[in-house]
Formats: sequence, structure tokens, C-alpha cells
Amino acid sequence: MAQIQQKDRVDYMPKKFVMWLIVFASFMIFAALTSGFIVYVGGKGKGLSITIPPIFLYSTITIALSSLSMFLASKAAKQLKFTMQRLFLWITIGLGIAFFVLQVNGWSQLVDMGVYFVNPNASQSFIYVFTGMHLLHIVAGLLLLLNSLVGSYRNIPQVKRIFWMEMSAIFWHFVDIIWIYLYVFLLLNQK
Amino acid sequence: MSTLSVQDHHGVHHDEHGHEHHHDTFLTKYVFSQDHKMIAKQFLITGIIMAVFAMLLSILFRIQLAYPDKAFPLMETILGRFAPEGRMDPNFYLSLVTIHGTIMVFFVLTAGLSGTFSNLLIPLQLGARDMASPFMNMLSYWLFFLASLVMIGSFFVEKGPAGPGWTIYPPLSALPKAMPGSDMGMTLWLVSMVMFVASQLMGGINYVSTVLNMRTKGMDLWKMPLTIWAFFLTAILGVLAFPVLVAGVVLLIFDRSVGTSFYLSDIVLGGVPQPFEGGSPILFQHLFWFLGHPEVYIVIMPALGISSEIIATNSRKPIFGYHAMVYSLIGITVLSFIVWGHHMFVTGMNPFLGGVFMITTLIIAVPSAVKTFNYLATLWRGNIRFTPAMMFAVGLVSFFISGGLTGIYLGNAALDINLHDTYFVVAHFHLVMGSAAIFGMLAGVYHWFPKMFGRLMDEKLGYLHFWITFIGAYLVFFPMHFMGLDGVPRRYYAFTEFESFERWLSVNTFITWAAIMAAVAQVAFLFNFFYSIFFGKKTTQNPWGSNTLEWTTPIERIHGNWPGDIPTVYRWPYDYSKPGHDEDFIPQTVPYSETMSSNLPHDFENNPVGMDEYNKWTNTQRSNEEVK
Ligand code: HEM
Ligand SMILES: [Cu+2]
Repeated sequence: MAQIQQKDRVDYMPKKFVMWLIVFASFMIFAALTSGFIVYVGGKGKGLSITIPPIFLYSTITIALSSLSMFLASKAAKQLKFTMQRLFLWITIGLGIAFFVLQVNGWSQLVDMGVYFVNPNASQSFIYVFTGMHLLHIVAGLLLLLNSLVGSYRNIPQVKRIFWMEMSAIFWHFVDIIWIYLYVFLLLNQK
Repeated sequence: MSTLSVQDHHGVHHDEHGHEHHHDTFLTKYVFSQDHKMIAKQFLITGIIMAVFAMLLSILFRIQLAYPDKAFPLMETILGRFAPEGRMDPNFYLSLVTIHGTIMVFFVLTAGLSGTFSNLLIPLQLGARDMASPFMNMLSYWLFFLASLVMIGSFFVEKGPAGPGWTIYPPLSALPKAMPGSDMGMTLWLVSMVMFVASQLMGGINYVSTVLNMRTKGMDLWKMPLTIWAFFLTAILGVLAFPVLVAGVVLLIFDRSVGTSFYLSDIVLGGVPQPFEGGSPILFQHLFWFLGHPEVYIVIMPALGISSEIIATNSRKPIFGYHAMVYSLIGITVLSFIVWGHHMFVTGMNPFLGGVFMITTLIIAVPSAVKTFNYLATLWRGNIRFTPAMMFAVGLVSFFISGGLTGIYLGNAALDINLHDTYFVVAHFHLVMGSAAIFGMLAGVYHWFPKMFGRLMDEKLGYLHFWITFIGAYLVFFPMHFMGLDGVPRRYYAFTEFESFERWLSVNTFITWAAIMAAVAQVAFLFNFFYSIFFGKKTTQNPWGSNTLEWTTPIERIHGNWPGDIPTVYRWPYDYSKPGHDEDFIPQTVPYSETMSSNLPHDFENNPVGMDEYNKWTNTQRSNEEVK
């Protein structure tokens, strides 16, 4: 058994590394967008000049909790506690969907505040780009989570199951951290 | 542990692919292949086709520049509505320049070059059976293929292809109504480039992961050939830089189709003020050049790596300054992210910031210079074999020097006020990037053709191809320096309205004829290439007497690369003409224990056991001498 596991670990290593590189590439998109924001604000002298509505704080808490449950799911999977793994995966997915809904709600609150996407002050349009680009990543993350969930119900080798869990965990924690980065960035730039 | 992993790989490989071997259909072997060698060939041939296409575009606009007043009825036959009455439509001229630049920079010199040689050589020179993710690799090619189709397809929309230049600055690229080339053609350009970037990211991620995780036993980083170092660092550059282009393009797409104002402000179109307010076109330039400058090094670094390998092999000498070469590549990689502002000196940039970018730009010239000196030192008193590949590699060095020198002038913020957007810039980057990188790519094709197709290309045609192209490129681009110094601006359709530029018309005619000559010479290459695939002379196992691992694989190019175990590596790849050895090369797979007569103390720097053996051996040698 140990022998087999080692073999597969050798085989999966490069693929896991691929996931890390995808994370780096995605991170560069957000780094570029936020730098673009800074250049815009610096050049035009137009800041956000609004207060970020509290709903984004709730979504931040939601996604932080989902990261926690993801961590617990991974731990359960490693200890071969499959019911726990499934339970926590379901919770993670649920929180992820809740996050999505909260963000979209956040958009409609922004619109109510008069902060439109099509806006002569592009720094306000940037909020939509940040959150929208991030939601795309959330969707990708949810698909990965679903894949792990399906895997946990199917009869596949343990190493493969853990491999998929690790892949989705890396990505999910990443989208979580990216959101916290974006949120703090917006807070620091608000009125 | 490493032995274990090598063997395990072999085992896994058999489990997974063992059965496919016999059931390879045409579709899985030649079309949707996941074998890195086939994907490399797909990239190469697509790249060559794109290069020919883009070259023909350049001949078309050169004809316009040489004969601005003349009507060519034939042109109307070929181009139809884009050349009414045989005179090229000015908007179509802009489209030609744009698509020429885009295809050459991205499709040929990025995808064609990295796609071919990273795919071919990373697994072969590192001793891996394939890429980290062969499936992603296949996807990368097919996205590139689709992107190529869309880019060429944009010639068939009513208003023609994109026209705002390969740098697609807004507002021209952001307002579909700004000019014909801003409309549907621009949309297709964006669609094509999104696919292209996705393709490059998949490719790049694969290359990085393969280099870091799948080297054979004994192949530590400092035993990797310089080709691999170059491809590896290029891939890192791409993974970090292309996402930034994505960010810039996303904002551009919103401006184009949703009506946001990230880049647009105070625009009047056909007398009608537009609703855009508050945007900053300079923001786009920052995002574009943050990719754009690393991109030019993405183009040149693989070519530099290829020529390191070819020059060392054909000089029969160890590469001069292997470590310095690697550190300059690393230096270029890092520095290339902090010089982008030199493309924007005249955008009203704060002069202090301009000064900062000027200094970083001049610093990046240092590692570039280190590399050229090392090439020259490797050639110095070498036992040079002038194969066609070697000729092209030396040609690269020539172009890299003559084009790089003008970079120093352009990098001076004050001088750039005069030189920006003139033909001086055109001369600079066509020498340092265009010609140098194309020569690197051609060198690679001539050198690794036997590895790709099992046959050799014809040498005589190779020399013919080299000399005409080499001379042609200098005849085309050298005079452009003088035009630029005189202030002739780039991207103009005709200079007939400017009295002061009229004297350059004869030079323009000369350049056009030189370009036609160089273009015709490519027929020699195309014929040689396609003819040799089928009828070339059969190659031997190691036709160039090379040290690297790819020449230990069978000529037949089997799936999985090596029939048995993957060979182990014992030494660096540049043991050419080592004193005391009977041959003038020692492949990486030969252990030191088999080459006692040529070992040197510094071969065992981190290897005490080997050092003991070496001392013992030299001592016995010495006592034997004394006995005699
Ligand atoms: C020796 C170091 C180099 C220096 C100091 C340098 C400097 C510059 C500067 C200052 C410009 C901007 C000129 C202007 O627009 O007014 C420029 C343009 C350019 N350089 Fe270089 N360069 C160097 C090497 C290279 C290399 C190695 C490549 C490609 C392989 C390259 C490709 C380009 C391209 C493509 C442009 C023009 C882009 C455009 O406006 O369309 N340069 N260079
Ligand atoms: Cu540059």
C-alpha cells in the first residue's frame, strides 16, 4: 500500500504543481486590475468616494467560513472519514453559493446607491470588475468542489480522491484569499 | 528515490498507454495527438504557415510605400474592395500593418517558437516521457489553431481586419465606429487573442511544471542545457505577463461593448460628442506594456537559448560562461518587468518617473550584453563547423548586437522625444526582435529537423537561404535608422503630402525590392523543409555529435521517447573537445568513471567520492610514469 501510494504521489506531483501555477496566473490578473485602479486614481484624481456597503462584509465572513469547512473536509478525507468529508464538502459548496448570491445582492445595493457600472468615475466601475472577475473564479472553484464531491461518492482509488481534494482545496483557499485581498483593497480606498 | 521514480514512471506509462500503441488511429496520431513531439510539429507547421501569410502582408504594404502613386490592377484582382482601382485603401494599409505585427509577434515568434521547441526539447533534453499534462498540451495547440483561424478569418469580414496597430491602443480599438478597422475586425482580433492567451498559459504552465518536476535522474538544474533554462524562464515570464494583458483586454471589452469609460474620455466622433467621460487611455498603455515588454523577451529568450546550444555544439567548445548565461537570463526575466515605461516616455509621463524607467532600461542592457560577449567568446578559436543551423545562430548574434545597440539610444528619455514612433524604432525592433528571433527559430529548425522528421535538410539550399535572408534583412532594416533620424514617422500610408520626406521615396523603393528578394529566398526554405520531410537524406543517430539527451532517443521517435529506462545524466551538456578524451564530445549520459583520462578536478567539486577516485587514478598514472 505504501509502495503504491508513493508511486502515485510521484505521478500526481507535476499535476498539482500545475494547479499552483494556475493560481499564480490568476493572481496576476487581480494584481493587474488593482494596479490599474491605482494608476487610474492617481492619474485622474478620482477616488471611490463611497463607503463599501456592509453586505460585502457578510460575504467576506461567508467565504472565510467556507475556507474553514474546506479545511475540515480535506482533513476528514485524509483520515478516511468519508461521511464527514462529504458533509463538509456540502457545507463548503453551500457557503460558496451563498457567497455568490451575496455578491450579486451587493451589486444591486451598489446600483441603489447610484454607483453604476457605466460610470464617468471609472474607479467605481472597477468594483464591478473586481467582483465580477472574482465570481468567475468562484464558479470555477465550485465546479472543482463538485468534482471532488462526486468523486467522494464514486468508488475510485483513495489517492485519486485525495488528489482531487487537494486540487480543489488549493484553488478554493486561493479564491478565498483573493477576495479578502480585494475587500481590504476596497476598504482602504473607500471614502 | 529518484531511481524509483524513473522506473515507476515507466511502469505507469505502460499501464496507461501500453494498449494505445497498436491502436493509434490517424486522428489520435496526427490530429488530436497528446505526444509532445507531434504537438511540437503541429506548432511548427502552423507557425510556418502563419509566418508566410504575415510575410506576404508585409510585401503588400511595402509595395504601397514604394509606389504610393501607382495603380496596380493586379492588386484589385487579389484584394478586391480593399484596393479599388488598383490603389490600396488607406484603412486596409493600417489593417495590414496591424495583422502583420500581431501574427509575427504572437503567432510566429511566441507560439511558433516556444510552442515548437519547448514542446520538442523540454521532455527530450530533460529525460521525461512527456509533458506534465499531455492533455492540456494538446488543448494548448488546438486553441492556438483556432486563434489562428479567427485571426486570418478577420480578412473576410466586410470592413476588413483590425487596424489600430499590434498594440491596439484605445480609443481606436475601443470605439467600433472610429474607423473601419475598429469594427468587426477588431472584435475578431480580441476573440482570437483571448484564445491565444489561454493557449499560451496552458503551454507555459506545462513547461514550468515539467522542468521543475520531471527531470531524469542526475539532471539537476545546473546540468540543464541552456535551451531548457531559456524555455523555462520564458514560460515563467509568460505565466506572469499574459494575465496582465487579459486584465487590460477585459477593461477594453467593457469600454467597447458595455459603454464604461476606463480608457475613454472627451471623444467627438464625426462631429458628435460621445458620452464617455473620465477614462484614461494611458492606463491601457501601462497594462499593455507591462505585458508588452516581457513579451519581447518571451520572443527572444528561446531564440537565445537555441543559439547557445547550437553555437557550443558547432564550435566544438564548452559554452563560455554557462553560469553567467543562466544568471543573465534570470536577470533579464526579472528586469523585464520594470522597464515597460520606456515605451511611454512621450505620453506626458512625469520626467522623474521617466528617469527611473530610463535607468532600469539601461540596466537590462547589461545582461543582454553579457550574453553576446559569451557567444563571441564561445566562437573564439573554436573548431567551427558551418552547418546551416550554425550560420543562422551566428546571424542571430549579429542582429542581436546591431539591434540591441539602438535600444540604448531609445532608452534615453530625452533622445526618445525625437525617435519615438519613427522608423528608428521600426529598425530597432525588427533587428533585435524580428530578425534575431526568426534566425534563432530557423537555426532550431535546421538543427533539430532530424529529431523531428528523421531526415536531414539540404545544406546547399540552407546556405542559399541564409545568405539571401541575412543580407536582405540588413538591406531592409538598416536604412530605416536614417529615415527615423530624419523624423519619418511609422505607420503612415504614404509620404507624398510631406515635402521634406519626399527624398526618402527612393530609399523606400530600395527597401521594398530588398524585402521582395528576402521573401523570395524563403521559397528555398519552404521547399527544403517540405521536400526533406519526405525525401531528405536519412539521418544518423547523432548527426551533429551533440552531448544532449535528445540524441540518445531512437530515430523513429517512439511514444514515450526511450524504449527502455530513461538514461541517467552524469555531467553538464557542454563537454566538447575535452582534453584527454579520444572524441571531441562526451554525451551527458557517460559517467566520469568511463572517461578517466579526461576528468578534471573541478568535475568533482561537490562529489567527494568521485574526487577520491580521481585522486587515486591520477596517483596510479603518476607512479606508472615513474616506473617507465
Ligand atoms: C538592449 C536592450 C534594449 C533596450 C535598451 C531597448 C529599448 C527600447 C525602447 C526605449 C523602445 C521604445 C522606443 C519608442 O517607442 O520610442 C523600444 C522599442 C521596442 N523594442 Fe527594444 N530595447 C532593447 C532590447 C529589445 C529586445 C531584446 C527586443 C525584442 C526581442 C526589443 C523589442 C522592442 C520592440 C518590439 C519595440 C517596439 C514596440 C512598438 O512600439 O511597437 N527590444 N526598445
Ligand atoms: Cu520594451
